[in-house]
Amino acid sequence: MQNLKAGDRLFFSGTIYTARDQAHKRLVEAIKKGQRLPIDLKGAVIYYCGPTQTPKGKIIGSCGPTTSARMDEFTPILMKAGLRGMIGKGNRSPEAIRAIKKYGGVYFLIYAGCGALLAKYVKKAKPVAYKDLGPEAIYKLEVKDFPLIVGIDVKGGNIYDKK
Amino acid sequence: MRTISAEKIRNTVRDLCIRANLDLRKDVLRVLKISLRKEKNKRAKNILQAIIENAAVARKEKLAICQDTGMPCVFVEIGSNVKVAGDLKGAVNKGVEAGYRKGFFRNSVVKDPLSRGKSGYGPAVIHIDIVPGNKLKLVVLPKGFGCENKAQLKMFKPTADLSEVKKFIIDTVKAAGPDACPPYVVGVGIGGTADYACLLAKKALLRRLSGYPVIRLSGIRKLERDLSNEINKLNIGPMGLGGKSTCLAVNIMTHSTHIAGLPVAVNISCHALRSATSEI
Repeated sequence: MQNLKAGDRLFFSGTIYTARDQAHKRLVEAIKKGQRLPIDLKGAVIYYCGPTQTPKGKIIGSCGPTTSARMDEFTPILMKAGLRGMIGKGNRSPEAIRAIKKYGGVYFLIYAGCGALLAKYVKKAKPVAYKDLGPEAIYKLEVKDFPLIVGIDVKGGNIYDKK
Repeated sequence: MRTISAEKIRNTVRDLCIRANLDLRKDVLRVLKISLRKEKNKRAKNILQAIIENAAVARKEKLAICQDTGMPCVFVEIGSNVKVAGDLKGAVNKGVEAGYRKGFFRNSVVKDPLSRGKSGYGPAVIHIDIVPGNKLKLVVLPKGFGCENKAQLKMFKPTADLSEVKKFIIDTVKAAGPDACPPYVVGVGIGGTADYACLLAKKALLRRLSGYPVIRLSGIRKLERDLSNEINKLNIGPMGLGGKSTCLAVNIMTHSTHIAGLPVAVNISCHALRSATSEI
């Protein structure tokens, strides 16, 4: 991760967790109360995504990224708790970018509005927390060759500043 | 008087929800392909290719084009010689729920906007209009909220210049920036009242995208093309990563307005502009 630079393309294989607005709110509330988190954030990658229902016979439904900026206010606290990678769409706020730099994380972009195409890269999917939130539950995903673009790198270099 | 059953309406809405979410509009796909051909930026080309491939995968695999299957918006035009046997709005909402369940789409609608709570499939936003004739027209527009969040309304003075109106429309696109999944379709409503301008901006998204053939245009069509050209110079591009494909089209609808005002509303759609229409 340390060597990635804003603008680089890469294909990521491994484990990621989906989380969007409500899951972020709950994770941050739990951290503030000192409660145990339902997922291990240490070194974790969060994908800002709320998939559709899973059709019969499929691993996951349509599963593209949602707008990252809505998660900005939660990012510094989650990064302090160990979060290191984020995948979404759009630019981030100065406070989120500062946190990415401070904790040495990376923010990735992925094809926006291409949920059907991206489902092909998901090899396993399982809801692991906050299942009552339905599409906003946290899913553990195993992805293969997930097509990412580095949006903001460990040094705070930002693809949107140099396009 | 022609009678149409609530069940017929329910079933038609169900099928339209599925078609809209799986089968990208042909006019949208066509303009996406034109944009790909015209685009010079390598990264922008790559993203446009992914968007076009996504539409094919969605159709083939029966997966929603976008996971945000939207706030279902349904436009109903009832011929004045049509009698609906049963509860029209109830039938529309039942159709939406049936379609979204059958298509495995996302339950993105919370009952109460403040207390939020568990999400479901509806109720939809329903617009009903009465027109002459003996047909009933149904249009389903699943509106994603990444782009709906970027909608804006401005009440101009009646003495405002056209250049001020243009600037507002362009600034709205700039404010959306990379967030709302460009290349956009920009719906604009001009005139009427505050609420009606917003409705026109939304309805403008339903109009077929022309792709601006190189012919002499005048009036509103010329304004649409000029705005489209200016927006495409903003270098926002697909995913906001640069390029000249920032908008696929600008569609404007107008209505008469009051001597004291000039309402202008902008409703942005992401590149996955989805809608389906059926006439019973």
